[in-house]
Amino acid sequence: MELFTPDFGLVFWMFVSFAILFVILWRWGWPAIMKGVADRADLIDKGVEYAQNAKQQLDQAREEAEKHIAEARRQQAETLREAERMKTQIIDEARIAAQAEAKKVMDAARVSIEQDRKAAQQQFRNEVSTFALDIAQKVVRNQMKQDNAQQQLVNSLLDEMEKQN
Amino acid sequence: METTKHIFTLLALSVMALLLPLGAMAAVSSDEGEKQEGVDAQGIIFEHLGDGYGWEVPFNHHERIPLPVIVWGTDGLHVFSSSRVTHGDLWRDGNAEFRIAGKDSPYKGKVVEIVDGTEVKPSVDISITKNVCGVFIAVLLCVWCILSVARWHKTQGVKAPRRMVGAIEFVILFIYDGVIRPTLKEKAPRFAPYLLTVFFFILMMNLLGLIVIFPGGANLTGNIAVTLVLALLTFFITNLCATKHYWKEIFNPEVPWWLKWPLPIMPVIELFGIFTKPAALTVRLFANMMGGHMIVIVLTLLIFIFAFMGPVVTGATAVVSILFSVFMLCIDVLVSFIQAYVFTMLSTLFIALGQEEGHAEAHEAQPEA
Repeated sequence: MELFTPDFGLVFWMFVSFAILFVILWRWGWPAIMKGVADRADLIDKGVEYAQNAKQQLDQAREEAEKHIAEARRQQAETLREAERMKTQIIDEARIAAQAEAKKVMDAARVSIEQDRKAAQQQFRNEVSTFALDIAQKVVRNQMKQDNAQQQLVNSLLDEMEKQN
Repeated sequence: METTKHIFTLLALSVMALLLPLGAMAAVSSDEGEKQEGVDAQGIIFEHLGDGYGWEVPFNHHERIPLPVIVWGTDGLHVFSSSRVTHGDLWRDGNAEFRIAGKDSPYKGKVVEIVDGTEVKPSVDISITKNVCGVFIAVLLCVWCILSVARWHKTQGVKAPRRMVGAIEFVILFIYDGVIRPTLKEKAPRFAPYLLTVFFFILMMNLLGLIVIFPGGANLTGNIAVTLVLALLTFFITNLCATKHYWKEIFNPEVPWWLKWPLPIMPVIELFGIFTKPAALTVRLFANMMGGHMIVIVLTLLIFIFAFMGPVVTGATAVVSILFSVFMLCIDVLVSFIQAYVFTMLSTLFIALGQEEGHAEAHEAQPEA
């Protein structure tokens, strides 16, 4: 049975072939493949880690953003309220200021009217006194046309002076 | 719908194949019984499973692809083409005459030197036979496959491999991560090159053996010389790299004293075990692959064995035989992978057994935590 008796030539060549194959693959084949596979595995591990970190960071950022948004909303509401408050305050203040201003204007007007009135009064009085003097002058001139009347007046005046002293 | 159509086509073809011989019968029936020559099944099987000095080509029984014959005759080295001696021709190379021994010779099928009218086996015959050539082709294909993956890793860096590179790399990692690393642990990188080379070499030879024409068709792993070399390599690696503990377990195993003295029963069994392991490796792979090839050949031969029973039987046998052959070949593809896997797995296991550290040594090595 030739099948069960190993042939020397085949054993020899088989050994030589296998040795050559082994040396080639051992030198240029397997190390490169194993290194490549290990590198890739490392890269994948790193990638997964990176992705996990990124996800975590993203979650955190989202949380942070939501917090910020809530804060901003709160601030917005507060600002609006504040604005509302300020608006009413400003309006009030303006109203008060306007009232004060109006009062001031009215006071000034009143003072001016008073002054005008006083000036008019004065003027009127002066005019009245002038008229009175004129009238009196005219009356006196009329009365002094007679000598006894003149005498009578001097006497009365002298009497008055006597009484005063 | 598609499936039904396919089944119908298949049925129609089968019926046609069965009916075809009926037509032939009418023509043949007149000269029936003229030739009743039996088929030499055994001869055909062993011719196909065995080695040869040339490589057969399909559809031609005379022409062969010539391969170099390298023999060390009585007067030195002789190298000549196998086409010189193909059909039992006598070839005179210098002063020596060579021919392939006939069927009746004890050196049947081998190149012999004719010295004084008698056949003398050359002292060394390292001819590049069909199987040797097949081994070379397997080596070249292995180198090409693995180096293409290695080159890809060098040039493409850390991209995801696709197509052939991806497939080969998947198999590499399947063996490395599935067999070698779990078994050898931290010593895996040391033995991985050998084990992976063995795996791919066997796989390539198995698959080449399934291709029926050149460059396949050589029954490599179904040849005991091939498996013997691989098993011997595993044997030497196992025992030359073995630890002290391994040898202690063989010559002084931890068993009751009466199993070791006065009759060294256990050491003898253990020592015997060293040699049965490579023997098992050799025979397992050889027998499995040869069996697979033999079944396919026998199934095909059935057609010719039943030929004398008439065209109808022959036709029916042909259909059944071919269906079964195809089925067997499909299984053989699976078997090719499984056998390479099992050989690698067993080699890994044997090497791992030789790498074992004893319990005591292990305790010494790592103090109790």
